[in-house]
Amino acid sequence: MDNQALLNTVQEKLKAQFGEGLISSEMVADYPVFTLNRDVICDVVHFLYNDNDLSFQYLTTLAGLHYPDNKGKELGVMYQLHSLTKNFRIRLKVFFSINDPNVPSITPVFLGANWMERLEFDFFGIIFKGHPNLKRIVNVDDMNYHPMRKEYPLEDATREDKDDKMFGR
Amino acid sequence: MTEIVKSKINIVQAPDGINGPGFFVTMLDKAVGLGRMNSLWPLPFATSCCGIEFMATAAATYDLGRFGAERLSFSPRQADLLMVMGTISKKMIPVVRQVYQQMAEPRWVLAMGACACSGGIFDTYSVLQGIDKIIPVDVYIPGCPPRPEQVIDGIIQIQKLAVSETTRRRNQPEYKALMEKYGME
Repeated sequence: MDNQALLNTVQEKLKAQFGEGLISSEMVADYPVFTLNRDVICDVVHFLYNDNDLSFQYLTTLAGLHYPDNKGKELGVMYQLHSLTKNFRIRLKVFFSINDPNVPSITPVFLGANWMERLEFDFFGIIFKGHPNLKRIVNVDDMNYHPMRKEYPLEDATREDKDDKMFGR
Repeated sequence: MTEIVKSKINIVQAPDGINGPGFFVTMLDKAVGLGRMNSLWPLPFATSCCGIEFMATAAATYDLGRFGAERLSFSPRQADLLMVMGTISKKMIPVVRQVYQQMAEPRWVLAMGACACSGGIFDTYSVLQGIDKIIPVDVYIPGCPPRPEQVIDGIIQIQKLAVSETTRRRNQPEYKALMEKYGME
């Protein structure tokens, strides 16, 4: 099955199972990408895990997204799934408002998502509902913001020896 | 021992003092300073590439042992010199401070490389912008990373501090004020 056939197959299966839960499906650089309603994400992952024709039983990675110009859908999460037995790869995306950064955790399906979701909580402030231990994982515990959100500058605020003229701040 | 072999042995000069048959008198500070200067026990706190450069400095070609500093102490209790080499992220702050506070007096700190001195290229939210924000630093070695020659120069600068350090440093009001500034003791 080539990627186009894979896209069609997964699209049909998701459409039949979740209906409105599947918002769009497209081919991005030879890679099937499905945008979903955030409420169904855990069920979709669980469904794809158990489907005998697909068996997406390996979570390659998941990542937070922040598009400040997408009003109402600023934040997102991207999941890359891999079927080890069939050698299929797909990508799932969910988007939601920055004012309501909640998304169901997929730790009931993939235990390995535990630390990945903690990382995205740490950097983007995305709250994974149902996560067993949602706290910061890499940044200092007393950090009071989520540094990968684009409204925060990359540079450290405590540094005084750099100015706009010399360092283009 | 032949004269040729003898001339290769480099012996530290005795400090100024009064010399006579069977005795030698000098100041305690000078004798102690001589000992401290020539037997520094460094604690290598290496977190990145500067640590690799330090390994070269300590190895045979550059041979830190020529300066009496070849005995690396991996216990802060026994170390005289804390060598911070590499990027210190903000999550490492409590570790660096604890290691420094565990060291016995007298203690010196050497910041090696751009990252330890000022944060270097890592001007970012997760990296400490110079270790002198959390512990007092005696000698800074610039470079990214510094050459072993520069590290040796830094050690020599520490030796110059060690030889003239008063034995009563920790009782001095300036030193106490410095420690207080960093929120210690």
